[in-house]
Amino acid sequence: MMWKFEGFRDNTAVIDEHGQQLSYAELRHEGRMLCQQADGRCLVFCLCQNVLGSFLGYTAFLNGGVVPAMLPADMDPALFSALYEAYKPKYVWAPKAFDLEDGCLRYERFGYRLFQTPFGDATRLAPDLALLLTTSGSTGSPKFVRQSYQNIRANTDSIVTYLSLTQSERPITTLPMHYTYGLSILNSHLDVGATILLTNQGIAQKAFWTFFQKLGATSFGGVPYTYEMLDRMRFFRMDLPTLTTMTQAGGKLLPELHRKYVEWCQKTGRQFIVMYGQCEATARMAYLPWEQSLAKIGAMGIAIPGGAFELIDEDGNLITAPHVTGELRYRGPNVTLGYASTGDDLRKGDEFGGVLHTGDMAQVDEDGYYTIVGRKKRFLKLFGNRVNLDEVERMLKSQFPTADVACAGRDDRLTLFATDEAALPQMRAWLAEKTGLHSSGFVPCLIPAIPKNDAGKTLYQELEKYND
Amino acid sequence: MTNSEKYHNAFVTALEVTPAQAPDLVYGKSNAWDSVGHMTLIAALEDAFDIMMEMDDIIDLSSFEKGKEILRKYDVEI
Repeated sequence: MMWKFEGFRDNTAVIDEHGQQLSYAELRHEGRMLCQQADGRCLVFCLCQNVLGSFLGYTAFLNGGVVPAMLPADMDPALFSALYEAYKPKYVWAPKAFDLEDGCLRYERFGYRLFQTPFGDATRLAPDLALLLTTSGSTGSPKFVRQSYQNIRANTDSIVTYLSLTQSERPITTLPMHYTYGLSILNSHLDVGATILLTNQGIAQKAFWTFFQKLGATSFGGVPYTYEMLDRMRFFRMDLPTLTTMTQAGGKLLPELHRKYVEWCQKTGRQFIVMYGQCEATARMAYLPWEQSLAKIGAMGIAIPGGAFELIDEDGNLITAPHVTGELRYRGPNVTLGYASTGDDLRKGDEFGGVLHTGDMAQVDEDGYYTIVGRKKRFLKLFGNRVNLDEVERMLKSQFPTADVACAGRDDRLTLFATDEAALPQMRAWLAEKTGLHSSGFVPCLIPAIPKNDAGKTLYQELEKYND
Repeated sequence: MTNSEKYHNAFVTALEVTPAQAPDLVYGKSNAWDSVGHMTLIAALEDAFDIMMEMDDIIDLSSFEKGKEILRKYDVEI
């Protein structure tokens, strides 16, 4: 069992934007009812939204030994089908509007339905497997990260400790439940008996702030884009007396903006905590302690309690000198079991062995504070979503077989290089639709030819000159 | 360009929709007008009418029609 809800029986566990709420005792009871229907350990696809049904499903399954695979509710139907066929879940827990053609309705609660699929117990699960999360839900790769109960327990304990969480916290949801960072906020706060304020509204919507003020939210988390947006929305002028803490992860915030939030928080008696993590490490690996935030602007901090970092040079040797760039390696009990790409992989045990090669290039300073300086692989963070450039290229090539295309980019902008003027806007629109990411993140660029070497491999260095 | 044309254009350019689609748009009901599109739209409207909107108005601007009402506060008649 993940959480001991009976320890906070009378505390309110969750309040949604419609005023519905559940105490910890009620959440425990509702969870048991739902898990009874699922009847034993099995795989369930959870279609996530920040609503009560989704929240109940996640907590019930994780506490009841059922393995949820967390997917966005607005996922592209073709991508959903691919995952459904590859993993053969026994059940699907989904909002009412979702229809599973070959599913049999077993249970209904808070606007969500439990469908039994025709697969039965086709998929076997390793005993310590707790949860499946996608690393990049948007590109529809069938790859999941396999997280164990020990992983989630260890990471939750670390987070509760370094953020000093108590039951008086009231975090408001700003991140989706299928995203590891959003989930870690739920995990850690449910562990201390706090009250989750659950809303599906975004920060650009009035209903979000009305809910925030009415229920007295004390904290929220955000990716760099969240904080860029809040800055543009004149956030610093808002009257939010209950707000005490903001956390930031999911990519590197511009140092100027980091400073702006830290200074505003210092002036107004709040805290702004920069953190670092990955789905492969359950959620968190590092945080920047508040006392050091101004002195270490731009750094992501130190390893969380129980974890440790190392920097490795190109020859695989340990870097001990400060200010030398190397690949960041992390060790800790929250390093997940490994990946899965088919249902058969869910039987596997621990493949990472407690060591994670983050793929991020970093440096450490004299005081032991780490700063991310780049990425080893071709990944971007579009509006906080990890996007694998090679994967996007593959998607485009299968949808537009005749087009010559290459993807590159910096920070939060993906440049779409193509040679066919007519196809370029189509590709861009298709990509936005398929990934569910806003089209402004995809910048089209028409070029006479995609630079390639003799072996036909794209020369991405050559494309650099088009990036401003 | 009239104010009405400028207003319409801001939606078409910022949200990348056709002129015919613009008047029926509502925040959150389409991929075009999500949180990212919203900030692009606000920037476009502020540029077009040379105004600085308050946060309360930024988060209240939830449809094509509602936006006209809000701009009136900034002395912009659509």
